[in-house]
Formats: sequence, C-alpha cells, structure tokens
Amino acid sequence: MTTPNLVLEQVGPTRTDKPRRKRPLAPYLLILPAIGILILALGYPLIWQFVTSMQKFGLAQQFGQPPEFVWFENYITLFTDPYMWTVVARSIAFCLVTAAVTMIVGTLMALLMKAVNTGVRITIQISMLLAWAMPVVAAMTVWNWLIDWRRGVLNNVLVSMGFDQFQNHNWLADPLSFFFIAMIIVVWMSVPFVAFSIYAGLTQVSGEVLEAAQMDGATPTQRLWYIIVPIIKPVLAIILLLQIIWDLRVFTQIRLLQDAGSIASETNLLGTYIYQLGVGSSDFAMASAVSIFVLVLTVALSWFYVRSMLKEDES
Amino acid sequence: MTSTVNPTPAIPAVAVAPHPTPTAQARSTARTGTERSGNRRFKPGRVALGVIGVVVSLIWVFPVYWMLNSSLLPNVVLQNTTPTWLPFGGSFDNFVAVFEGGTFLPALGMSTAIAFITVTFCLLLAFFGALAISRFRFRGRKTFVLAVLLIQMLPAEGLFIAQYKMMGSLNLLNSIVGVSIIYIAAVVPFTIWMLRGFVAGVPADLEEAAMIDGLSRTQAFMRITFPLLAPGLIASGVYAFLQAWNEFTVALVLLQNNSDQTLPLWLRGFIQASASRATDWGQVMAASTMVAVPVIIFFLFVQGRMTSGLVSGAVKG
Repeated sequence: MTTPNLVLEQVGPTRTDKPRRKRPLAPYLLILPAIGILILALGYPLIWQFVTSMQKFGLAQQFGQPPEFVWFENYITLFTDPYMWTVVARSIAFCLVTAAVTMIVGTLMALLMKAVNTGVRITIQISMLLAWAMPVVAAMTVWNWLIDWRRGVLNNVLVSMGFDQFQNHNWLADPLSFFFIAMIIVVWMSVPFVAFSIYAGLTQVSGEVLEAAQMDGATPTQRLWYIIVPIIKPVLAIILLLQIIWDLRVFTQIRLLQDAGSIASETNLLGTYIYQLGVGSSDFAMASAVSIFVLVLTVALSWFYVRSMLKEDES
Repeated sequence: MTSTVNPTPAIPAVAVAPHPTPTAQARSTARTGTERSGNRRFKPGRVALGVIGVVVSLIWVFPVYWMLNSSLLPNVVLQNTTPTWLPFGGSFDNFVAVFEGGTFLPALGMSTAIAFITVTFCLLLAFFGALAISRFRFRGRKTFVLAVLLIQMLPAEGLFIAQYKMMGSLNLLNSIVGVSIIYIAAVVPFTIWMLRGFVAGVPADLEEAAMIDGLSRTQAFMRITFPLLAPGLIASGVYAFLQAWNEFTVALVLLQNNSDQTLPLWLRGFIQASASRATDWGQVMAASTMVAVPVIIFFLFVQGRMTSGLVSGAVKG
C-alpha cells in the first residue's frame, strides 16, 4: 500500500508532465464531497443536539420563544430521574444478556459447522443466510405472527406439548416476557453473522497443528481451549464488542414489538425512550441530552474497535 | 467465504478485518476441505452432530418458511385453531389483495427512488474517498480514517431527533431528498472503508506496468484498476442498496405522512393494525414476502459473487 506512491512519484513526472504537479491537492478534492455530506447530515445535527441539550425546551419554546440556555441542568434533571436509570439499567441488562447469548449460540453454531460433513454444513449455512438476509421489518412482522396470542404457531405448539397455560397467552403483555421475545428475535437475527465470522476464523486454524496436538494426546476440549480459542480470540473479541454496541442501541425490534400492543413506558430502552421524548412529546432538550448520553457511551465502547481497525489500516 | 463482505444492516468491517484478502481466505477454506476428505470414517458422534445440525437449520429457517407458507394460505385456513404446517396453499389471492390495497406501489416507488439515489451518490463519494486514502498519503489522512471509522459506529438513534429538526427547518420532511441525504451520510463511511480494501487489493504494480508501457496515470487507472474494482463497486453498491431498502429508524422519524412511506414503514402499518383488530395475517405475510424476497435473492446472489478472487487471475494473466 505504501509502494504505489513511491513508484508513481518516480514514474509519473517523467511520463506525464503536468498532472502530478498538483499532487498535494488531489486527495483533499477526493474526500471533499464525502466530508461535505457528513457535515451536513451528521455534523450539523450533532452540534445542534449538543447545544439544544443545554437549553430549556418548554411549552413556550414550542410556540416560538427563543430557548433559554441552562448549561447542564437537563443532564442533572435526567440523571436524577429514576425512570432514566430504569431505562439505562434495562438497556444495559438487555444488551449484555442478548450479546452473551448471541456469542454463545454463534460460537456453538460455528463449531457445529466445522464438525459436520459438507452437506449438513451447507444446509446450516443456507438457513442462516436466509435468516440473515431477511429485512428487519419483514422479520418483525413474521415474528409478530408467530407469537400472535390468538392464532400464533408458538402458543399452538406449546399447548399441543401439554402446556395448557399458553392457550391465548399474550407474550407481549408482561415486560419480562416481552424482553425475552425481543432477545430471541435479536439473537435469531444476529447469530448468522457471528457464526459465519467465527467459522471463517476457525478455518484459519491449521489442521496440522490440531493433528499434532491430537497425537501428543490432547483431548478435544484441550484442543479447543489451548489451540483454537487463542487463535480466534481477536475475532471473538471484535465480534463481542460489535454485538454489545449494536444491542445497546436496539430500536427497530423494540419499537415494532411495542406497536403490536404493549405498554411503552414499561418496555422502553434508550432508543425508544429518545423517540418518545423527541417525536412523542416534543421535548427536544431532554431527547438531545439522552441522545448525547447514548453517543458518548457508543463512542467510548467503539474506541477499541476503531483502534483495531486503524491498526489494519496501517498494516 | 460468506463473511468476506457483509451487505447487511449495520455490519461494519469486522468480517473483513481478520481476513485481509478474500483469496487468502478462499484458499484456506479449500485446504481444510481436502484435509477433511482424508479421514472420512464412520463415527456415531458425527452422525449425531449431523442430526443436530439439520434440526438447528430447520428451526432457524422456520420463520422464513412460515412467512412464505402463510402468504399462500387463504385467511379462512389461517383462522383455524390448528396451524397448517406443510404444503404451500398455492393460492396467490393474498398477493393480489395486497396489490389491490393500493398502498404498495407508492411505497415501492418511494423505496426504489431513495435506494437509487443513495446507491448512486454513495458509490461516487465512497469511490473518491477510498481512492484518496488508499492511493495517497496526505496530511489529515489519519484523522479522516479515524473519523470514518468512528462515524460508522454512531447509532441512528443518537441523532435522529436532531436530524428531524434539521430536515424540518430545511423543509425536507416527508421528502425523498431528505431521507436520501441522511442515508448517504450513514452509508458512505462504511462504503469508503469497504472500497479501501478493494482499491488496496489491486496491486499498484499493474498500474505501474501500464504506465511504463506508455499510459498516463489516468489512463492506467481507467483501463487497469477500474475494471478490477468492479466486484468491489458491486459489493458496496449492494450494501448501500440493502441499507437504504431496509432502513426503518430514520424513515420512521422523517416520513410522518401516511402518503409518503417507504416499504418498511408500509409494513409497519400492518403490525400496528394487528394490535387493535383481527389481522389478515395471510395478507401481512404476502406483503412481507414481497419486501423480503427480492432482498434475499440479491443477498444470496452477491454473497456467492464476492467469493471469486479479486485480482488473482489478473496478475497471472
């Protein structure tokens, strides 16, 4: 990657006389359009949001009064509000449980794909790809149909297995079972990516090394733990990090499950809470404050991921 | 193989990260394949695992199957207390009903327009950006790369209120342009990162050789590098398309009119309706199928495409 410039600098000027004279300018011109749209669509809103999060946005402001600048008052209000803490705790708990389950199931699927013969492996891969390719909203309509309390196939199966209490059971009424269903759905959607990535990592583990270990008397568990896991550890770490980041901001699934009829205030996570504050009740100051909180959290979590990507860029 | 590039909602570069080049990965897959065929013996444990594998596959694919199955069954059948498990109903009445509902085609038009604008601009901007960071060393390059990587991690949920206010003041709420601007900005960072890998994967030796043979730098680029980038551009284009086609959060906030809806919002209408009254699930599933099937086909098609080695043939040829 570093060679092209060296070479081109030597060859360029001799072959074509002028074009490369302006070399220092070219890269800046090339990234200018991208920077332009990023500033318009992300930069400006970000600054607006930061400023708004320190303003008071009451009823008077909705009728056109200029907002009053209150520094960190909104943040103080926010973090002394027990409901905010409920939402934060709920989001973090949901995120950690979902990410952990996704990782465990994904790893098991990857190991399973490695262990079975080609035909079965391809069967697994195809069904996972189908689940992965489903647009999230289409997937949500299907899941809503599966868990429908009147005619849903889930209740039907449970009843026919002898659990009569699931006759007309509404899964979304109780917050705990609401989040359980949400977790199943998110896991169903995320596992294919995790399984494929880990499987790709597993194929990098040299068969000779494993064979050598086997000859030296290592049990399958030992081989997994002392050879395979250390080799795929970087992949595992990054995937886990991404799962945590993505599950922390889960919005679509929660929102669409809420649409199907459950009490929003009992099932809000951070994303839906912002939506409710901003779009629902037009409290832009508070919505901005929560948004800034979510952004700071995401950036902090993303830092490790970005750092490892930067290393790849330098290599 | 399949994880080389991920044209899937919100899946950044991680799968690319552990495997610098698709060819290297394909090679190693091939190697383990031959090794496995070496010790093919009958083992009961292996059969058990195979059975588990098939069962898990069936469970995983079941929601997709159920969508297709229900979409082909008349509502009378779906209202039965016992589900109709196996055969497809074979009736397209639900699809006809969805079409005749009259709201599908406008939503389809809206989604297509937004996806088209997003893909076009995104490819253009990302291509320039990728070129800049992989072919040039310049001051601020590192900052730009860092910004690109950080921005792609920002959640839409952390910004949509501000974007909503901004589009409101620009009079771009409920408009194709407004949504497209946000989508382009959301997709460009990852596309730059994705294309960067492809541009860097084309050996500069090729360009250099062409220039020694008398082409100008621009000519060398257009005739040698650009055709080799085609798979990368296709992959990035599909990624951008899938993002724009499937996106829900931003659309939900920016498109508040019932008459201006993208397909995901249109589908959401069915879910909302299911909360209050008895739903015609056959129609809902037909609607979901119409949104999902093109995406699934596209996704599978491209997944296969991407495995083909990028420049391995070019260097030898």
